[in-house]
Amino acid sequence: MPLTPAELEILGLSVKVAIASVLVSLPLALGLAFLLARSDFPGKILLDGFVHLPLVLPPVVIGYLLLVAFGRNGPIGAFLAEHFGIVFAFRWTGAALASAVMGLPLAVRAMRQSVEAVDRRLEDAAATLGAPPLAVFATVTLPLVMPGVVNGMLLAFARSLGEFGATITFVSSIQGETQTLPLAIYGLTQVPGGDAQAMRLCVLAIVLSLTALVISELLLRRARRRAQGT
Amino acid sequence: MKLEVSVGRRLGAFSLAAEFAGEGGVTALFGRSGSGKTSVLNAIAGLLCPERGRIALDGEPLFDAAAGIDLPAHRRRVGYVFQEGRLLPHLSVRQNLLYGRHFGGRSGPGELERIVELLGLGALLERRPHDLSGGEKQRVAIGRALLSEPRLLLMDEPLAALDAPRKSEILYYVERMRDELGVPIIYVSHSLEEVVRLADTLVVMSEGRVLESGPVGETMARMELRPYLGRFEGGAVIEARVAEHDLEMGLARLEFPGGTLYAPDVDALVGERLRVRVRARDVSLALERPAAISMLNVLAGTVAAIGEASGASVDVQVDIGGTALIARVTRKSAALLGLAPGVPVYALVKSVAIDRHSVGYA
Repeated sequence: MPLTPAELEILGLSVKVAIASVLVSLPLALGLAFLLARSDFPGKILLDGFVHLPLVLPPVVIGYLLLVAFGRNGPIGAFLAEHFGIVFAFRWTGAALASAVMGLPLAVRAMRQSVEAVDRRLEDAAATLGAPPLAVFATVTLPLVMPGVVNGMLLAFARSLGEFGATITFVSSIQGETQTLPLAIYGLTQVPGGDAQAMRLCVLAIVLSLTALVISELLLRRARRRAQGT
Repeated sequence: MKLEVSVGRRLGAFSLAAEFAGEGGVTALFGRSGSGKTSVLNAIAGLLCPERGRIALDGEPLFDAAAGIDLPAHRRRVGYVFQEGRLLPHLSVRQNLLYGRHFGGRSGPGELERIVELLGLGALLERRPHDLSGGEKQRVAIGRALLSEPRLLLMDEPLAALDAPRKSEILYYVERMRDELGVPIIYVSHSLEEVVRLADTLVVMSEGRVLESGPVGETMARMELRPYLGRFEGGAVIEARVAEHDLEMGLARLEFPGGTLYAPDVDALVGERLRVRVRARDVSLALERPAAISMLNVLAGTVAAIGEASGASVDVQVDIGGTALIARVTRKSAALLGLAPGVPVYALVKSVAIDRHSVGYA
């Protein structure tokens, strides 16, 4: 069954949004993972809880809060639009932002576990060989954390493919701009005679997710092999 | 090389207050587990920050609490061979060996080949740490530390996790390293065998403190240290010279100030110097020179000191023409013979009791 141009557009947009959201959340997630795994500070429990909020809050709450903060008249949205020309409201970038926020807890959890599992004595050993702290991080810590980073990114990617509530609340469902796969399927189920097309998109969603899962498993295995040297 | 260590730090209920000096060669830090040996090494390496004290290498302070100096680990150029190897799992053996080179290890191009040859690593270079045996890992760890061009090498019980054949294999490599590269080594151990084989200087630790430090022979003969040096394995260490090999009988005649000692299986040339540990429990005492006896080593001397009794036995220090020997006898024998300082005695040592675990090649 060849895909129609409209379907291709939906597919492309979903993948673009997912990739962008993962890239945006990666540095933040890794930073938070290290902060939560390695340091102790007052309010750590609160920060931990805050990072996990998108996991437990109704997505519509996240979407609405994003709308309030990052909308054209929101305090952050207005500032970014005025000074940097970055607009989120009703744009695909907004969909990526919503996905990034929703995927962040998953990414942080996976990466944090991996950071906690790093044997810090290996970092000591590298230091005795003359490696300054930054080099230790780049040549020892990061390679050993890599499986967790890959895993976290893939979880966030998968989460983004399925993101619905926060996205539709924040940036609505605009064909060609913010209408990702789940939004398109939902839209088709709301119009008479859309069943067949909705089913085609469902099959597309299954194929896309399955592909992502298989690739993720392969990447993860490779990263583990490299980190453990097996 | 001159190393001065004087460190103090509280670690929970444990308090470390250690002070000693090392003069090059191999300095052994000896003591039971929990006596603070590893903490001392970590302080020298810069992995543990003492609360007070000073650590200096050739006069240059690595740490000085009073002056506020605390050189970070990566700038100390102190190599460290850990008990568990700590090879970087994501790198090959070759990459592990060359790791230090990226950070100012100034080794020339031939250096890798030299170390690879010295430690027999040629066949391992492309393998991963995961695929190495315990002994191979330890050899790579030693090579890696050496290739970072250390001014001082710390070794923390590098043999503890190995079985007996691997142990003697690594000991052999450590000996080669000591003799061929001349890197000063601080060697932590709780095995007298390793100490006798490798070390020139012995530092005895207990409960975070240094009880005594000095040349191995002198320190091992100290009566007050007997409880800390191991009742079973402990004994005096005699510095001797190979005088003659009796190839037919497989015996070597060793000369030391005060007498001669016959020992089997000595793997050294005539004229070479040895350290021989004579376990206290292998030494008997007699008031008269016994005749028609199988023991080849009958050494005339005088009782120098009687140690504190423990259970049924007591340690007796005998002076053999300037060399100290320790005998472990029963309290009953000591009383029957009337042993007391100044009494002339003959110390009897079975030659077969001096096995290859008791001989170190200085």
